[in-house]
Amino acid sequence: MGMTMTQKILACHAGLESVRPGQLVMAKLDLVLGNDITSPVAINEFPKFGKEKVFDKDKVALVPDHFAPNKDIKAATQCQCLRNFAHSQGISHYFEVGQMGVEHALLPEQGLVNAGDLIIGADSHTCTYGALGAFSTGVGSTDMACGMSSGKDWFKVPSAIRFNLKGKFRKYVSGKDLILHIIGMIGVDGALYQSMEFSGEGVANLTIDDRFTICNMAIEAGAKNGIFPVDEQTLQYLKEHCSRKPVIYQADEDASYSATYDIDLGELKSTVSFPHLPENTHSIDAIGRIKIDQVVIGSCTNGRLSDLESAASILKGRKVAPWVRCIVLPATQRIWKEAMHEGLFDIFIDSGCAVSTPTCGPCLGGHMGVLAEGERAVSTTNRNFVGRMGHVKSEVYLASPAVAAASAVMGYLTDPNTLKEAK
Amino acid sequence: MKAKGTVFRYGDNVDTDVIIPARYLNSSDPKELASHCMEDIDATFITRVKTGDIIVAERNFGCGSSREHAPIAIKESGISCVIAKTFARIFYRNSLNIGLPILECPEAVDAIRQGDIVSVDFSTGLILDVSTGRTFHSEPFPPFMQELIACGGLAGYMKKESAK
Repeated sequence: MGMTMTQKILACHAGLESVRPGQLVMAKLDLVLGNDITSPVAINEFPKFGKEKVFDKDKVALVPDHFAPNKDIKAATQCQCLRNFAHSQGISHYFEVGQMGVEHALLPEQGLVNAGDLIIGADSHTCTYGALGAFSTGVGSTDMACGMSSGKDWFKVPSAIRFNLKGKFRKYVSGKDLILHIIGMIGVDGALYQSMEFSGEGVANLTIDDRFTICNMAIEAGAKNGIFPVDEQTLQYLKEHCSRKPVIYQADEDASYSATYDIDLGELKSTVSFPHLPENTHSIDAIGRIKIDQVVIGSCTNGRLSDLESAASILKGRKVAPWVRCIVLPATQRIWKEAMHEGLFDIFIDSGCAVSTPTCGPCLGGHMGVLAEGERAVSTTNRNFVGRMGHVKSEVYLASPAVAAASAVMGYLTDPNTLKEAK
Repeated sequence: MKAKGTVFRYGDNVDTDVIIPARYLNSSDPKELASHCMEDIDATFITRVKTGDIIVAERNFGCGSSREHAPIAIKESGISCVIAKTFARIFYRNSLNIGLPILECPEAVDAIRQGDIVSVDFSTGLILDVSTGRTFHSEPFPPFMQELIACGGLAGYMKKESAK
């Protein structure tokens, strides 16, 4: 029986000719990631694995991004723990505030992700790197400690669901709408323990940023990972960012999938996930009048340059509704600088947005935009669970940057296609 | 290894944000985390839970974030075992890695009621609802995972492996 892309990467890293779904393997890791929330627990566990030093100081990445810049004294203590460990271990890829960005936007940008890599991260959205043809998955802190100590970890080989894509998005429809549509279709455990493998002629019509957004939210369907085939766009991205030679894996023709879904990108509409689950999706043209208090544009899901450009194209010449706080968080320093040079900050500030330094902050109700009781936010982030962005009685609506920006202008959840011409 | 206690029942998709809200993740102290366990879904859980008690939930328990703080908070609160129809995969491996016993058993979940006294034998996978007298069998863990559990989690397992 043939293997999927994911199975091939796992087999190769486990030193096996082939693997089958359900098999438990011990595989070598190319990169181990942690942040300021998960790493302190891993650093505490690390000595229990019996090694004094990390397996490879160039294959561990530590990013204080969740509650950084330090939001309070306890958060400062956790970031200090990360910093001290990074320095004492001589970790090459520690990103201090000033170089730091939201980890899943930062690592590919810094060239730490290559096609064919096997990456674990103590953050559930580590699955983002499947966009570049890597196997990457979120794990907990003990796994992170195991990875840092041994350069290996255990994996259960997943079966896969295939998403066969064709066509092209219509105006204002993006990778975010596709992944929200899929989660709405299969549910928050629709891909539980499985891979989501994307294929078909439509892949070529997705930008690398679209693919990052799509793989980023594979976890919201319960998946172990999301993965795209390596094409010309991937190779171009890797050429511009990564110094290593890409290792290209292709799914076998006779690979087995537990299900296949055919999706025409041209038929998709802007999609919004209503509280309190990402699967609670609605097409933007089928919603009532929902008044909002806050808009967040940023995160590992949608804080990249193209996301900011999309939001700015809508905010240009328009004002944020007087009752709305619109917070824009470029995901990395490089994105921040590019956005600044492109003049996007003029647009954001003239329209009444606040622009923040990179941080995960508001996405998990940490800082930089926590919600009060009864407040509603439209957010380009990835989760809308109860209390996710603040008060247990606040609400989060997940949407694309285009929908978020249009909603900021109108003060209601809004289809960008319905906006009147800007002044 | 066995567990016995009173059942706390929850529904589908209990996510890690309600198991331990992110606002408390500026600490990794198990006792502090446990003091906020389940706070956003069941505000009185922590005042009622006793050592040995058991959580029974429907599908996809522990979905969302990779925070190991979630199984740590549950374990530290005194919960001896979580029984669900399915678990989200990161929560599943985190629980095994830190030695929080979890069992997948849809039949038991359908039958066990809030407040029932339940006992679990981990070596056989036998679940007994003491309150009703009904028994259920969960799938035993594959040998690798049994060994992981026997070593007290991943750290013990890896140390043993590297000593081979």
